[in-house]
Amino acid sequence: MSITTLKINGQDVVTESGKTVLAAAKEAGIPIPTLCHLEGISEAGACRLCAVEVKGTPKLMAACVTTVAEGMEVETHTPKLQDYRRMIVELFFAEGNHVCSICVANGNCELQDAAIEVGMDHSRFNYRFPDRGMDLSHSQFGIDHNRCILCTRCVRVCDEIEGAHVWDVGNRGEACYIVSGMDQPWGEVSACTACGKCVDACPTGAIFRKGTTTGEKAGDRAKLEFLVNARDKQEWSR
Amino acid sequence: MSKIRFATVWLAGCSGCHMSFLDLDEWLIDLAAQVDVVYSPVGCDLKDYPENVDVCLVEGAIANEENLELIYHVRAHTKTLISFGDCAVTANVPAMRNMLGGAEPVLKRAYIELGDETPQLPYEPGIVPELLDQVRPVHELVPVDIFMPGCPPSADRIRATLEPLLRGEMPVMEGREMIKFG
Repeated sequence: MSITTLKINGQDVVTESGKTVLAAAKEAGIPIPTLCHLEGISEAGACRLCAVEVKGTPKLMAACVTTVAEGMEVETHTPKLQDYRRMIVELFFAEGNHVCSICVANGNCELQDAAIEVGMDHSRFNYRFPDRGMDLSHSQFGIDHNRCILCTRCVRVCDEIEGAHVWDVGNRGEACYIVSGMDQPWGEVSACTACGKCVDACPTGAIFRKGTTTGEKAGDRAKLEFLVNARDKQEWSR
Repeated sequence: MSKIRFATVWLAGCSGCHMSFLDLDEWLIDLAAQVDVVYSPVGCDLKDYPENVDVCLVEGAIANEENLELIYHVRAHTKTLISFGDCAVTANVPAMRNMLGGAEPVLKRAYIELGDETPQLPYEPGIVPELLDQVRPVHELVPVDIFMPGCPPSADRIRATLEPLLRGEMPVMEGREMIKFG
């Protein structure tokens, strides 16, 4: 195993070469906020919440998709980054229709938690109030696109862990949304095994079990990491 | 020093934030000793919003002509305007009608399609305020000094916001106890 040494917030960090800055920071006990990252599946760099400053480059780098390099100097919590993170979370809220008070995930939502973490007490961006619709055609689950932040965790978990690849991303820009099957109603997608992993992977209340009402979506995100460890390392107990 | 002139107003909201305010229970007695309540649907019987108000809690979003007129008036005559609860801060549930695209489809749905007897659109200029096409949070129309999210904000959160103001300090709106939405 080769080793890479770098500095994160002035602290010397030694990590396995090839790891991401996000993983190295986690090992060193430096928390970086994330939304689209989920232990056990590949990275997407979709939310940009984990953006960090790397000395020598003017661009902000998403820590989840930036590989550590020898002598790298990383800052994770500069005022500039804090500003951008709050702006990103505000944009998520303004972009969709996130009505926390009536959401299944109220009190157990990673977007709601991110808002608290970045200190968002209101959105400086005008709300768009898009009409995005929902799909309740599946017998057990529903997807409310109004609550979706396009993190693509559902897409990755279904493809990489369940192996069914029910989900994908359709369209571009503001029309971008999560599609099931060949852009069919979810209930008609024969590839879906109704395993519910997308429900657990979803950071908000966008994908839920039917019959769940306000604040009742508990979610079990650690289950996905457990499944990966069980398969890769034969660790079959939690 | 003269007492703090304190007001609360209720725009497009369910009054839940005001109910939560009443949940302050016996602390309301302490509050009453330190402020003059000059306008409030739950604390005062005056009909017109007065001048020179020091602190005002604004519950609700801006959904109709009356809300709009009142919020401009409140802003012009208030030193510290607090967006009180999720409807004021985000437009929340009242704004879910925005997804229908305007006031007309909302009125048609409520008064024509669901009208059991003599379905008709309400139209009484000067008496029934017209709906605005879009429901908006308070700060999209007037500057807001303090944001207190929550649906409703708990009595503890309301107290933690008001207490520093009574001492002439600004409250620190940070952390789960103070700014969690919903």
